[in-house]
Amino acid sequence: MLADKDRIFTNLYGFQPWGLKAAQARGDWDNTKKLLEIGADTIIDRMKASGLRGRGGAGFPTGTKWGFMPKEPRPDRPNFLVINADESEPGSCKDREIIRHDPHKLIEGALVAGFAMRARAAYIYIRGEYIREAETLFAAVAEAYDAGLIGKNACGSGYDFDVFVHRGAGAYICGEETAMLESLEGKKGQPRLKPPFPAGAGLYGCPTTVNNVESIAVAPTILRRGPEWFASFGAENNRGTKLFQISGHVNKPCVVEDAMSIPFRQLIEEHCGGIRGGWDNLLAVIPGGSSVPLVPAAQIMDCPMDFDGLKALGSGLGTAAVIVMDKSTDIVRAISRISYFYKHESCGQCTPCREGTGWMWRVMERLRTGDADIGEIDTLFNVTKQIEGHTICALGDAAAWPIQGLIRHFRPELERRIAERQGDDFAPMQEAAE
Amino acid sequence: MAEAPQIPDEAETRARWGDFAWTAENAAKAKEIIGRYPPGRAQSASLPLLDLAQRQVGAETQTQGWLPVPVIEFVAKQIGVPYMRVYEVATFYTMFNMAPVGRYHVQVCGTTPCMLAGSDEVLRACKSKGLSKGHTTADGLFTLTEVECLGVCANAPMVQVNDDNYEDLDYDRTIAVLEALAKGEQPQVGSQIGRRASCPEGGPTTLKEMVGENHDYRGQW
Repeated sequence: MLADKDRIFTNLYGFQPWGLKAAQARGDWDNTKKLLEIGADTIIDRMKASGLRGRGGAGFPTGTKWGFMPKEPRPDRPNFLVINADESEPGSCKDREIIRHDPHKLIEGALVAGFAMRARAAYIYIRGEYIREAETLFAAVAEAYDAGLIGKNACGSGYDFDVFVHRGAGAYICGEETAMLESLEGKKGQPRLKPPFPAGAGLYGCPTTVNNVESIAVAPTILRRGPEWFASFGAENNRGTKLFQISGHVNKPCVVEDAMSIPFRQLIEEHCGGIRGGWDNLLAVIPGGSSVPLVPAAQIMDCPMDFDGLKALGSGLGTAAVIVMDKSTDIVRAISRISYFYKHESCGQCTPCREGTGWMWRVMERLRTGDADIGEIDTLFNVTKQIEGHTICALGDAAAWPIQGLIRHFRPELERRIAERQGDDFAPMQEAAE
Repeated sequence: MAEAPQIPDEAETRARWGDFAWTAENAAKAKEIIGRYPPGRAQSASLPLLDLAQRQVGAETQTQGWLPVPVIEFVAKQIGVPYMRVYEVATFYTMFNMAPVGRYHVQVCGTTPCMLAGSDEVLRACKSKGLSKGHTTADGLFTLTEVECLGVCANAPMVQVNDDNYEDLDYDRTIAVLEALAKGEQPQVGSQIGRRASCPEGGPTTLKEMVGENHDYRGQW
C-alpha cells in the first residue's frame, strides 16, 4: 500500500479544516515563489519528467499539453487556463473531495500551471450541482487573494495572475473541453469543431488549456518533491498516484488515493472491505466511469488499475471511477440506465448522437425485458459502430462503448431473455431437434 | 416530451413578473459577477445571472425558484444580448426551472451507481409520501425530479434537496429526511449514516493521523 507520507491529498476526507491556515500547516502554499523561480520552461520539463497523464479521462501527458501554449502571448490575446471541475461522469466523485476539503491545492496548482503556460488568468468551471463545494471554493479563492497569494504580484513573484470561479448549471456535456469554453462564454454547451484546438483559439478566441482538477492540484506537490518521486509510483507510462472512486457493490464504497497500477483485487480488499458477498459474487466492473466498456469479473480481478492495463482488456481507466456490480445486478438494466443518461445529456448538435442515443436506449429497454428479436442484438451493435467516431465530440463514443461492452461480454444473457420471453415459439423447435 | 415542463400562461406570468428587478443586494452581486469576465464579455455572466434570478424568484415565492419569461428578458437586457440567446441557455441547462416548483425540489439521482446502491428504494419512499415524478404535491411542499448523476457516487444513493445533499440513503432514511423537511426542520445534511464524507464506513484505511490532528507529513518526506 502507498505510504501515507506519499499521499498528495492528505485532507481527502475533510477531518481537518479546508481553510488557508490549516492548508499551510499541511504544506500548501509553502514558498510557492521558489517553485516559480525555476522558470516556466523548467516547470513544464519537470511535469513531463514526472510522467503525469491527464486525470480527466483521456490520459494525455499534462506537461506536453502545457507546452502547446504560445510562449509569448500577444497583449490583446492573453493565454487562459481553464480548470475542468464539471465532474459529471457517472461514478466520478473525486474533484468534489479536492474542492471541498483541499481547495488550496487546486488554487496553488492553478497559479503554478498558469505561470508555466504564461496564462493571464484561470477560470475554474465547477458543475452547478456542487453548490456547497462552490461556496467553499469561492471562499478559498477570496482567502488566497487576501493573503496576496494570487492576484497582482502573486506570492511576491512579480507575476500577476487571477483566479475566477464559474458555476455551471447542470449539463454533462460541458465537461467536454470546447463545450466548456462555449458555456464559459455564456452560451449553450455545444462542443466546437476542432481544429482550431483550444491551445490556438479557445476561450474568447485566445489560447487556452483545459485541465482536470486533479491534474492541476497535484502539480505543486510534484514540483516540491521532484518528478522522480512522482514517477516512482505506477508502471512505465502510467506514473504517479491517483484518486480512485469505488461505488456499487463493495462492502465500503469510498474515495481513496493510491498508487497507479495497483491491482484491482488489492484496491478493493485494502480500502473497500471486499466485494459484497465475496469474490465469487463479482459479476462485472466498469473501471473508469460510465463511458468505458464493462469488464467481466474473471478478467478484472488481477488487472493493474492503470491506462494501459485496462486498455488491454478493451476498456479504460477514464477517471478511475470504479463501478462494481455483483451477481444480483440486472446487468442489462445497469447498462440501459447508462444509455438513458447519454440520451438525456446529448447536446443535440450532431444527428448520430441526438437520434442515436434515444434509439439505442429504446432498444436497450426492449432487450432488458427480452421483447426483441435475436437479430436486433447485431443491429444494435452495428448502430453503435455507426455512432462511434461520427460526432464532433466523444459523447457519441461514450454512449456507444458501454453497449458494445455489454454485447461483447453478455450476449448469452441478452439471448436468454429473448428466448425466455418467446418461450412458446422456441420450445417446439427444440423438441423437433431431438 | 412527456417530461417537458408545462410553461405557465404568459399573460398571467407577465402580470406577476413583468416588473422584475434585482433587490439591492442582488444588484451588487450581479455587478460583481459581470466583473469576473473581461470587458465586452458580459454574455459570460448569463449562467450565474440566471441562477441569481432564479434564487430571487425563489426567495419571493418561498420555493426553489423558477425562470418566468420576463425574468429571462431582464437578464438578457442586463448583459446586452438578444432574449433568444439567454432563453436557449435557460432551456439547455437542467438546473434552470422553466415552470414553478415546490418549496423543496427533491432531486433523486437515478443513474447507474445510485441505481446499484438502491435508488429504487429512495424513489419508493418518495412515492409513499405522495411525491410523483415531474409533479408538485398539492400542499406545494415537494416537487420530485429524477436527475442524472450528481457526482456523489461513493455515497450513493443520494438526493439533492434545493442546495443540500442527503447521502447514504435507504427507504427509512429517505422517509426521515422528507418528514423532517415537511415539519420545517433542517435534517442533518450529508451522509445519513454518520460517515465522514467519502471515507470508508467504520473509519479510514489511510491517513489515520489526520482524524485527530492536522498532521503534517512533510517530516517523513
